[in-house]
Amino acid sequence: MTEKTAHAMPQAAVLPPVVPGPTGMLSRLQWTAALLALAAAIAFPIAASTLDQAFYIGFATRIMIYVIVVTSLNLLVGYAGLVSFGHAAYFGVGAYAVGAASLLAAGTLPAWVSSAWVAWPFAMVASALLALAVGALALRTRQVYFIMITLAFGQMVYYLFIGMKSFGSDNGMSLASRSSMGLGLDLASDTTFYYVVLALTAATLLLLTMVVRSRFGVVMQGISENESRMSAIGVPVYRYKLACFVIAGAFAGLAGALLANQNAYVSPRVLDWTQSGILLMMLIVGGVGYRCGGVYGAVLLLVLEEVISSHTEYWQFFVGVGLIAVVLLGNNGIASLLDKLVSLLRRRKAPVAANHKAIAEGATS
Amino acid sequence: MSTFAIEQTLNGLQLGLMLFLLAAGLTLVFGIMDLINLAHGSLYMFGGFLTVVFMRLTGNFAIALPLGIVAAGLLGALLEMTLLRRLYGRSHLSQVLATFGLILVSNDAIRFFFGPGAVMLDMPAALSQPLALTDHFSYSSYRLVVIAVGILTAILLSLLINRTRFGMWIRAGASDRETAQAMGVNIRLVFTLVFALGAMLCALAGGLLGPIFSVQMGMGESIIILAFVVVVIGGMGSIKGAFFGAIAIGFLDTLGRSLLPSVIRTHFPDLSADTMAPAIAAMLTYALMIAVLIWRPQGLFKTA
Repeated sequence: MTEKTAHAMPQAAVLPPVVPGPTGMLSRLQWTAALLALAAAIAFPIAASTLDQAFYIGFATRIMIYVIVVTSLNLLVGYAGLVSFGHAAYFGVGAYAVGAASLLAAGTLPAWVSSAWVAWPFAMVASALLALAVGALALRTRQVYFIMITLAFGQMVYYLFIGMKSFGSDNGMSLASRSSMGLGLDLASDTTFYYVVLALTAATLLLLTMVVRSRFGVVMQGISENESRMSAIGVPVYRYKLACFVIAGAFAGLAGALLANQNAYVSPRVLDWTQSGILLMMLIVGGVGYRCGGVYGAVLLLVLEEVISSHTEYWQFFVGVGLIAVVLLGNNGIASLLDKLVSLLRRRKAPVAANHKAIAEGATS
Repeated sequence: MSTFAIEQTLNGLQLGLMLFLLAAGLTLVFGIMDLINLAHGSLYMFGGFLTVVFMRLTGNFAIALPLGIVAAGLLGALLEMTLLRRLYGRSHLSQVLATFGLILVSNDAIRFFFGPGAVMLDMPAALSQPLALTDHFSYSSYRLVVIAVGILTAILLSLLINRTRFGMWIRAGASDRETAQAMGVNIRLVFTLVFALGAMLCALAGGLLGPIFSVQMGMGESIIILAFVVVVIGGMGSIKGAFFGAIAIGFLDTLGRSLLPSVIRTHFPDLSADTMAPAIAAMLTYALMIAVLIWRPQGLFKTA
């Protein structure tokens, strides 16, 4: 299939990072960095309330929600080589699933339907099923056609929800309150909700790292590098890609469910195709195919938005210029810069730097 | 034909022709340069606003529109030479992201100069009265002119592509870039000119639709995806495909919006016809795009 394409196009967009040997999931340095980041995240609400800046707790929660969804997109784009331009659909369906659960609970069904233990898994299942249906068809196409078909499915979902009056059409739907959780946790408190989202973000990052490191993940990266070879040695390529698509959809759905709770509101804007573009943008700025690419991208862009928009309303202008610069300079995002820095510090630059140079070229050339 | 049918036919034709103006440039840029240009919708927006600027300067729509088109063509050529040229041969992901960045920049540039609100273009006074087509039916004379200009442009474009040397270069570039280059076609120049041509067609659509829909920041975003639908259905790189695809989508969308509400009201009284009908019409167009991508990804009008 790939070989038949008329134009001499470069191979699939992105090569995954080279697996640094079989020694465990993370290096000691990475564990240290991850634990430090976790400690900082745990301390953040305390610091914010002490400094009387409680507003930033909600802001940080929003960042973590985007970390989840961009990381799920990274699984597709970075590791499976599938450039999905409709990821907002799963994000948005997750949000609407929580909205639907609260509608049902307010109507005929018992109240526990809208509890976090039911509504959030429901959101993940709804998004996963959508991803299954979309992926089953979309994965029959390649390259630019794949980008176009995921875009078309995203638009279909967008118009579906725009058309549904019970979900508020253009206006979106407001939730009466955040989901209930029991266990003495009151999600109405921003700080409690922050810690719940933090736990879920950490769990997502850990799980998706495990997926990438598993046999499944390694095969997936093999497929994105050379699909016909993997197919020739007997790997059911289509099923692997579909499974990857469904996993990514499910976690995007989780992020959507959290977003609906964070805002107590679901907007159809979250399904707009520009939202899919923003998610891709966060990913490439963070580093496609790097474990923490989603983290860096979501944090940097949302913080930039916050900082620039407090000075000028034209923050998108600067973000756009930055994005064009990142693409033109052939840079594979922050993660690759950090990697280079680390390898320079360790004076072991030869092999690692060479590998990552190849990846950076693969991602942007 | 009943007046309803005539009116809907004219509406569908108008939407289809305007989509064609957008899709023609998009499909050429994709077919020849292998570039996914999401920012094509921004050129449509710039075209609309440039016409507004010249309208304010001259006060005459018939002068402002051609000036806007020329200015947009220059802007397109400038964009190609400074930025988009560097994206040829890059991965589609890079192209999507860089041109998405261009959309963000363009929107804020427009907001800086014109504000976030809609700017209305005045309809030329001579065309502001509806024209009585039959005893019982009259139709906006301005919209009739839009249809006429659309048809005329399509004919001129087809002559340009099929009968001129420049058109021959374009066709050569679209079917085999390397060979065309080897045969002495200045492919860099052709690329710049094709891009400028696409920008001019966008500006024509943006300027013409200005008096009907007004011009606004972000106006390109919703319509550009529809133009991509047209390009995919017609086959990437095919002008003929873009024409028939655009007319088909124009009619599908218009008929869906006008016929579906009564269908829904009679058969599904529980649903809200007002919100659901346009949504279903839009979903139908994307379903068509998906079907084409699965069964005939080269498009319906392309032999390859």
